[in-house]
Amino acid sequence: MSLRTAPARRAAAAVVAVTALALTAAACGGTTKKSTDAANSSAPASSASANPSAASKKGLTIAYLPKQVNNPYFTISDNGGRKAVEALGEKYKEVGTNSGTDTAGQVSYVNTLTQQQVSAIAVSAQDPGALCTALNQARKNGVKVVTYDSDTNASCRDLFVSQASAEDLGRTEVQLMAKQIGGKGQIAILSAAQTATNQNTWIGYMKDELKKPEYKDIQLVKVAYGNDDAQTSFQQTQGLLQQYPNLKGIISPTTVGIKAAAQYLSGSRYKGKVQLTGLGTPNDMRAYVNNGTVQGFELWDPAKLGALAGYAAVALASGQITGAAGQSFTAGDLGSFTIGQDSVVVLGKPTVFDKSNIGQFNF
Amino acid sequence: MAETPREKALPASGTGKPGGGDAEPASLGAAGRGAAGRGAAVRGPAGRGAALGWARDALRWDTVVGALLVVLLLCSFSMVDNFGNALNLSFLIGNTLPIALIALPMTMLVVSGEIDLSVGSTAGLSGAVMGHLWNQGMAIETIIPLCVLLGLACGLVNGLLVTRLGLPSLAVTIGTLAAYRGIAQIVLGSNSVTDFPQQYLNFASDRIGGTFIPQAAVPWAVLLVIAVVVLHATPVGRSLFAVGASQEAARFAGIRVKRLKLSMFMATGTISALTGVFWALHYASARYDNATGLELSVIAAVLLGGIDFDGGKGTLGGAVAGVFLLGALQNVMSLVNVSAQSQTVVTGVLLVISVLAPRVARQVGRARARRKAAGPQPPAALAATT
Amino acid sequence: MTMTAEPTPATAPEAPSTTGVLDRVLKVRELAIAAVLVLMLTATQLDNSAFLSQQGIKDLLLNATILVLVAVGQAVVVITRNVDLSVGSVLGISAFAAGDLLHGGGNPVLAVLVAVALGAAFGVVNGLLVSLGQVPALVVTLGTLYIIRGLDSIWIGSRQITAADLPSGFTTFGHDGLGVVPYLALLTAVVLVAAAYFLRSYRSGRDLYALGSSPEAARLAGVPVRKRILGAYIVCGALAGLAGALYLARFGNVDSGTGNGYELTVVSAVVVGGVAFTGGSGSVYGAALGALLLTSINSVLPSIGVSSVWVQAIDGVLLLLAIAVDRVVALRVAGLLRKRAAQTRSAHHG
Repeated sequence: MSLRTAPARRAAAAVVAVTALALTAAACGGTTKKSTDAANSSAPASSASANPSAASKKGLTIAYLPKQVNNPYFTISDNGGRKAVEALGEKYKEVGTNSGTDTAGQVSYVNTLTQQQVSAIAVSAQDPGALCTALNQARKNGVKVVTYDSDTNASCRDLFVSQASAEDLGRTEVQLMAKQIGGKGQIAILSAAQTATNQNTWIGYMKDELKKPEYKDIQLVKVAYGNDDAQTSFQQTQGLLQQYPNLKGIISPTTVGIKAAAQYLSGSRYKGKVQLTGLGTPNDMRAYVNNGTVQGFELWDPAKLGALAGYAAVALASGQITGAAGQSFTAGDLGSFTIGQDSVVVLGKPTVFDKSNIGQFNF
Repeated sequence: MAETPREKALPASGTGKPGGGDAEPASLGAAGRGAAGRGAAVRGPAGRGAALGWARDALRWDTVVGALLVVLLLCSFSMVDNFGNALNLSFLIGNTLPIALIALPMTMLVVSGEIDLSVGSTAGLSGAVMGHLWNQGMAIETIIPLCVLLGLACGLVNGLLVTRLGLPSLAVTIGTLAAYRGIAQIVLGSNSVTDFPQQYLNFASDRIGGTFIPQAAVPWAVLLVIAVVVLHATPVGRSLFAVGASQEAARFAGIRVKRLKLSMFMATGTISALTGVFWALHYASARYDNATGLELSVIAAVLLGGIDFDGGKGTLGGAVAGVFLLGALQNVMSLVNVSAQSQTVVTGVLLVISVLAPRVARQVGRARARRKAAGPQPPAALAATT
Repeated sequence: MTMTAEPTPATAPEAPSTTGVLDRVLKVRELAIAAVLVLMLTATQLDNSAFLSQQGIKDLLLNATILVLVAVGQAVVVITRNVDLSVGSVLGISAFAAGDLLHGGGNPVLAVLVAVALGAAFGVVNGLLVSLGQVPALVVTLGTLYIIRGLDSIWIGSRQITAADLPSGFTTFGHDGLGVVPYLALLTAVVLVAAAYFLRSYRSGRDLYALGSSPEAARLAGVPVRKRILGAYIVCGALAGLAGALYLARFGNVDSGTGNGYELTVVSAVVVGGVAFTGGSGSVYGAALGALLLTSINSVLPSIGVSSVWVQAIDGVLLLLAIAVDRVVALRVAGLLRKRAAQTRSAHHG
């Protein structure tokens, strides 16, 4: 034990050795992003062909895997799916994680569903890439994959049922906001987590819309992130209002964020002076629309979204469609839908809710 | 599907068992017998021979967990559809591997009386750095060793704060839990990196030939063997038990307590970073919030395996059995359509039972011995817990 | 001033001056947090004059109330050398219970009492498991964290309480107040003072400190250990329940995820506030200041325009700093006390 420093010296030597090894590997041309980009470009093509006149198969099981179970939004949407699936005489089930950011949990649910040999999975992905391996494994085992609400990479699913085109949502939210603040002033965005795929796409289109000349008097001053947590969204809203005393409006394209921001505004001196719009459910927002905090906001009907995903899943599992662009299928009383580019089906335009119509909706 | 009877049967088989913990001592835990029991104030390596009675108590719970795991596997093989095929078993192992990896050093750390809550954040940070460097165009062969070194540094920070400043590891690692996760967020922000090279992604998700064993389980098995040897068959392992049982006594016995603990923290950091790399490859996605909350799963599994939080007690066999018991239980419950909420409850109940049952059993044993010696005299604690 | 009960078994008890020194130093500890807080708020105010407006002060106080309440309860438990990780789950389930009652047209006062009672009931469970089972609090409450969260989400499912379900008087209570001081903050202050008074001036309160610094010695000295630990957990649970009711009033929205992950914030606040995990030291005022400091940072950063990306890292580093500084100061004080004791002893001899 007299050699006090020996272990430390040995450890340091090991560190140096590893570093040297690593750098050598780099010098010798290891695997880098550039070298794989070329290799990865070929996407798997679907080989099966569609038979649009085939009858719906019976005895299918359609499994819904929302981002989070017990989330009111997904419950409405999945219940819409249940009605559609059961109306066609198929079996419906819903599984999922308790947390909206438990990607590993979602992966293991995909694995379980693969094991249970369900006919199709309708999934709202927590992460565009993380589910890919598991979903492709499922597809290899004959399970059809439909994403709804939040997409994965296009190569990992057969079809994406989109609530409204991302472009529509981004642009219409800016249009709503512009109308509420009279076309000029500072605005800010209160988003969910920084990693939320769909939020980021919408925000991209919002910024694009703001470049148009009719919005030259509107400045987007900041994008804040409330992490879909009530308290964080609260404090981010306060921060926005303090940092930008002249703020005229906030756009919050997340149901949790808009609810928290509305609750804060309605109890503060900014009520009615700072406009708030974005995506929210009528039940969440009813109190704030009625007390004048919020003039109007928008959303698609989540029940219809779930139903459309259900019809699409059954059509896929029955071989009526394969997910290629240009094919079309009937979705019960929702009508007929045609698959667009990148295998995307769009539900339609979002609905705008305000004082005049909010009473008619209950979800 | 007619699965109601199974749904009921499974949790019951998980909770009903602990009473019958009379299996033979596991061979893995041979050296663990040196551990002094809780409450025995000073019982260094010297007092080992006298501690045989305690040893039986200490060994009881981890063998129970091992037996439970075997029972669960047997039941599932025979009664649960889709459980026993190779694909499902590979899913089970692959999804449990991150926890199994970190459980190895965590067991040693807990045995020595410390804890590391920052493992999930270290894994997340390692994944985030990996994604960032990959985006910068660095070679993956360089990135992975760098990430592992980063983990070593994270562990070093934890260890130095604990050993040099004498701070409680619980408080330190709650701090670094937030700090490392925060740094990960700064490094990678809102990006999610998914385009890692295919051969690496395949390694993290493929199986060995037609068997059910994932390729990534091989390095884990090697680490497991190393850990078992170190903890249960070397002076280092004996020192860890001694330190956990009584730090003062260990110091007087000539063990370099601080250096030992520091190296354990560094090992934990290193393995956590390795887990972060595996996580990013296995799920083909590097994000700053990877492996969030992993620390609670690891600790739950380690505790379930009978590792005593007061230090000085436990075996790696128990810890590994605990990890796979939780993993298998989760897999089976999902297969028979038990909801995620109910699974949470089952995990919690198991955890409480895992700490209560051995103590109750010990108290029953002690009370019986006392009654034999001094006539009837029911102790208050026993009356209340049973 | 809250520290008169601070047991100092390691130092010479016959020298009254030593407790005086320790007392003063620990008061300095609380003053230090307060000073950091004031400094931070002043700097922010200079940078952004809207920060300490009437609305701004009100927001700061409101943001802190819920965390302060839970941190006070947690401090009481931590002082006994235990911990309660289930507070987040208890807060969530109590908030929903209160909301459910109000949704059904219940009396707001009754709803708050139900939340407190439910919290206290979970406190009893935790307390019994810890004190009678004699198992590590960390493990047991980690278990009950899972169990209560699971029961919570089974019971609630996808239901939620929204502002429209609540009587308007209740939500107004959540954000109105006397001048700049919100009602919620007043209520919290009352609880805080009561808890501090209890810990300082009641025998059972001082027992908690004795228990935390040396359970064995406390037992020998005749402290009813189990009863005291049980009591501490009940207080902690009840305060988490109360915090749940206030959460409902403040945010007007509760679902099955409410309070998820809150335990780490609470524990951080307590530790930053100088309540040591090793038990027997610290005060509820410290814990409250710690909570105020943490929530204020989260308000300060966005209002001076720091991206939310940095918040978590800063929180973590601050926590590490707080405990490290604490430790260094404690070592210095211990050295000082030893020197004093030696001096007194030599004085006696001479």
